Amino acid sequence: KEEEEEEGGWQQLYPGHIPTSPLQKALLAAGSAVMALYDPYRHDMVAVLGETTGCLALPNLRDKMKNHPEGYHILQERPRIRLSTLDMGRLQGLPDGSLGREYVRFLEDNKVSPDTRMPPKFVDDEELAYVIQRYREVHDLMHTLLGMPTNMLGEVVVKWFEAVQTGLPMCVLGAALGPVRLSTRKLQVLATELVPWAIRSGLNASCVLNVYYEQRWEQPVESLREELGIFPPP
Amino acid sequence: VYQVFESVAKKYDVMNDSMTLGIHRVWKDILMHKMNPSPGTLLLDVAGGTGDIAFRFINYVSSVRERQLQRKLKHRQNLSWQEIFESYQKDKFNSLGDSRVVVCDINREMLKVGKQKAQHLGYSEGLSWVLGNAEELPFDNDKFDVYTIAFGIRNVTRIDLALQEAYRVLKPGGRFLCLEFSHVSNPLLSRLYDLYSFQVIPVLGEVIAGDWKSYQYLVESIRRFPPQEELKAMIEDAGFFKVDYENLNFGIVAIHSGFKL
Repeated sequence: KEEEEEEGGWQQLYPGHIPTSPLQKALLAAGSAVMALYDPYRHDMVAVLGETTGCLALPNLRDKMKNHPEGYHILQERPRIRLSTLDMGRLQGLPDGSLGREYVRFLEDNKVSPDTRMPPKFVDDEELAYVIQRYREVHDLMHTLLGMPTNMLGEVVVKWFEAVQTGLPMCVLGAALGPVRLSTRKLQVLATELVPWAIRSGLNASCVLNVYYEQRWEQPVESLREELGIFPPP
Repeated sequence: VYQVFESVAKKYDVMNDSMTLGIHRVWKDILMHKMNPSPGTLLLDVAGGTGDIAFRFINYVSSVRERQLQRKLKHRQNLSWQEIFESYQKDKFNSLGDSRVVVCDINREMLKVGKQKAQHLGYSEGLSWVLGNAEELPFDNDKFDVYTIAFGIRNVTRIDLALQEAYRVLKPGGRFLCLEFSHVSNPLLSRLYDLYSFQVIPVLGEVIAGDWKSYQYLVESIRRFPPQEELKAMIEDAGFFKVDYENLNFGIVAIHSGFKL
């Protein structure tokens, strides 16, 4: 009965929010980490890990956004990347090499959809919940900008980039442990070419969350890369 | 409640093992020993979903039957080998001794999982799977020797109706058995139990089954359920006699028993 009253005092800050005690967060972090390693198809566990360990990185990201004009804009307007909000027809009609055209090409080639991103549950701040949501929805655009497919190798490379960019412990863990399941040949390519490039780009680039992608569909991918400071992919 | 169990069905058994650290198996074994069914018993297991009680019942009566047959053989030492062989063969086809168990559950998904388990574990005879509601059972009066409901009654909206139905479908002389989470009176243990329930179980639900909310509900429903004496009174109200209960693990779980006379 005591626990029930304590939990009743916590509010649901956004739809889908589940308030949790520090102990629960710790248990969730540990449990989700183990489960994500045990069963790589449990993407929900990766999401939970990100939420429960992001208490330092998320405010950091939010502040970066607040202090940047475009980032600030995004925090105000809270755009969401979803099939229902994207004009797929228009994006497909854009010239080759433009962000919109390449993004759609990426979605089709890899048979993925922006709608499969988990909504946040365990972040206890409504604005930070949006930040992590934005990070998730922008992930596919990261693939597009980095030119990486959604196979294990591609995902690991993107994770390295994201780890450097965001500092989210979940990205760091994913980047460090993801390669475990790769063949030696792939590991070589990863270690010698892809990861150094991803790290260099990540460090050099300005914060990727400060880009209002929805207003830049016509911009050529190469130009956006240059603007951000992402080096051309090997 | 229905939707809770739909999403929970497939991971039900894994979750039970994780939450109770495997102890739920012992509780169910104790229930079966208390029942002590003899071959020829007709059991109705309500909210029996994935078949835990049903399979234990079959194992129990099979082994009792096995011992019966062995005793029979011992008494036939004056017969020829041919005669012994023939009578043994006859009895072998009746390995359950006409015992049967009907598993009744309101949730199709749980029954599906139960049937798959039965197939996987090699249970074929003596089992029936019926979709039904504990508050309104699809069976005639005075049909069953034993009625069990293990970890199911707390999910019934009208417990009194379920108890009345239990009384109706039991034969005179039949036994009602209920295994359910109950109340811990020891204050220290109660606090530890609450801590574990509210802090750990929803986390396990999220990590193992991807479902925090269902397990939060489960923990809350346990707290809302009537304590031992109150349940005993409700069972008596339904018409049962010699109603009694046995606490397991200091009251974390209790087995209530009653008879229809």
